[in-house]
Amino acid sequence: MAIRKVCGIETEYGIDPRGMGEKNPIAASSVLINAYVNELQRKVGWDFEDESPGNDARGFAREGSMPPEVETHLVNTVLTNGARYYVDHAHPEFSTPECADPLECVLFDKAGERILARSMDAAARALPNGQGIVVYKNNSDRKGNSYGCHENYLMDRQVPFARIVQHVMPHFVSRQIYTGAGKVGTEASSTGGLEVTYQLTQRADFFEEEVGLETTLKRPIVNTRDEPHADAQRYRRLHVIVGDANLAEVATFLKVGVTAVVLAMIEDDWFGERDFALETPVAAMRKVSYDLDLSLPLTLANGSTITALEMQWEYFDLARKYGEDRGLECVGSQGDEVLRRWESVLSALETDPMSLADQLDWVAKYRLIDGYRERHGLSWNDHKLAAMDLQYHDVRPAKSLFARLNTERLVSEEEVQQAMTEPPHDTRAYFRGKCLQKWASSVAAANWDSLVFDLGTDPLRRVSMMEPLRGTASLVDTLFEGCSSPAELLERLGS
Amino acid sequence: MAERELKKKPAQTREADEVVEAAPAESKQGEKIKAELDDLLDEIDEVLEENAEEFVRSYVQKGGE
Repeated sequence: MAIRKVCGIETEYGIDPRGMGEKNPIAASSVLINAYVNELQRKVGWDFEDESPGNDARGFAREGSMPPEVETHLVNTVLTNGARYYVDHAHPEFSTPECADPLECVLFDKAGERILARSMDAAARALPNGQGIVVYKNNSDRKGNSYGCHENYLMDRQVPFARIVQHVMPHFVSRQIYTGAGKVGTEASSTGGLEVTYQLTQRADFFEEEVGLETTLKRPIVNTRDEPHADAQRYRRLHVIVGDANLAEVATFLKVGVTAVVLAMIEDDWFGERDFALETPVAAMRKVSYDLDLSLPLTLANGSTITALEMQWEYFDLARKYGEDRGLECVGSQGDEVLRRWESVLSALETDPMSLADQLDWVAKYRLIDGYRERHGLSWNDHKLAAMDLQYHDVRPAKSLFARLNTERLVSEEEVQQAMTEPPHDTRAYFRGKCLQKWASSVAAANWDSLVFDLGTDPLRRVSMMEPLRGTASLVDTLFEGCSSPAELLERLGS
Repeated sequence: MAERELKKKPAQTREADEVVEAAPAESKQGEKIKAELDDLLDEIDEVLEENAEEFVRSYVQKGGE
């Protein structure tokens, strides 16, 4: 039986310091995050004790590849909504708290955008006149430099990693038809002879390997980072680096919801003999992204051909039968909604893709930019179109082109505002967030799987949280109710 | 993109009429979106970054992840 797909999204935002002399993205990222947390005055440091990003899910030692760098000296905070907000490499990064279903993931991903927007305002207040920081929720600077939007899914450790790779890789290649955030032009050195004026995704240009540990160079379609942030005997966290940062809520919902269902099917070995393994997955990634007509055939390892859209229909049909037979509790109460929206979007991609301009980023952006191009008689190489591509992702409400497009909302703005400070109720993020709300000054450090309390007496006290589905509101609210101090809480926990 | 031949491979378990039923609603949606787009294009120059070429040139990021 597939386990609940606890999920989350980490987004590295593009950062553009303005009026600050020579651009220093690391310093600017620190200014941005510090400005936000200083205004909130709830600053808690991140605890790196259990971080091991160099471990490999395939179970063998690294050969020549370096573990990803962890820059422990940079700004690193945990927010009262259970999220982590920090400087990663040269970008501000927001990691949602652990979410119990795909809709909650949409909510906290959107709350992240609002936190970045508020951070820009706070930075403007903190900086001298004429200086400011602008942030973009995209994945490329259009000059060959890419930064990620990573998804995370809780999986059963028992599932052989090779089986995950076999069935998830074709999904990652074909799901681009609804997960893409769109891009004018290409940054790839070779496009396989195709002319690329506009493509479905931000990221396809940057993938060079099928499976691997790297995230910054020779990026693999399936990332093997094995760092469960949970009980490593029971769980794996599948770290997915292949997606785009989405602004459209329907796109985020499908990206996370469908992938969660596919992973549950893999756990339950639902594919059986069905195998959509691609002959050349890396080339197929780009081919799908460059194919605006969604019509190019991909060759499978068994020699047959199939388009990305047809492949998604195959996955959909398997998923519907899986849902009928096994149920979709893996995505909480969102199972029917994932299937309904998945089918609806695939049908529209088949008959009238442009009708999805209110649901999918690549369509919304294409319609806007192509409309502008036609109206002004511009060529696809015009700087104006490239500028519009970037500005689509501007996080400032007044400048964001996305914000003007009236895309469909799945969560209310009121809920989003609340999610900026309130944690999800149904994962351990609740315990983390509530402890920070109540006793931030006593929390010395926080991590995904632990909280460290400083009660003013030695030693520091660590509360372990190795089960992502414990520490929920229903499990700990009564615990909090009678507690007037963190010392009392720890006493009750017996830690 | 409008000219392309629409090729559909119906999956075995889907009924063809589901798609037919859905089509009119989608065109209506398409019209609404087009009208909104025209309005947006009328006013968009006011919000676009002033010097597109300089803006695109100066937006340089370090790789991440």
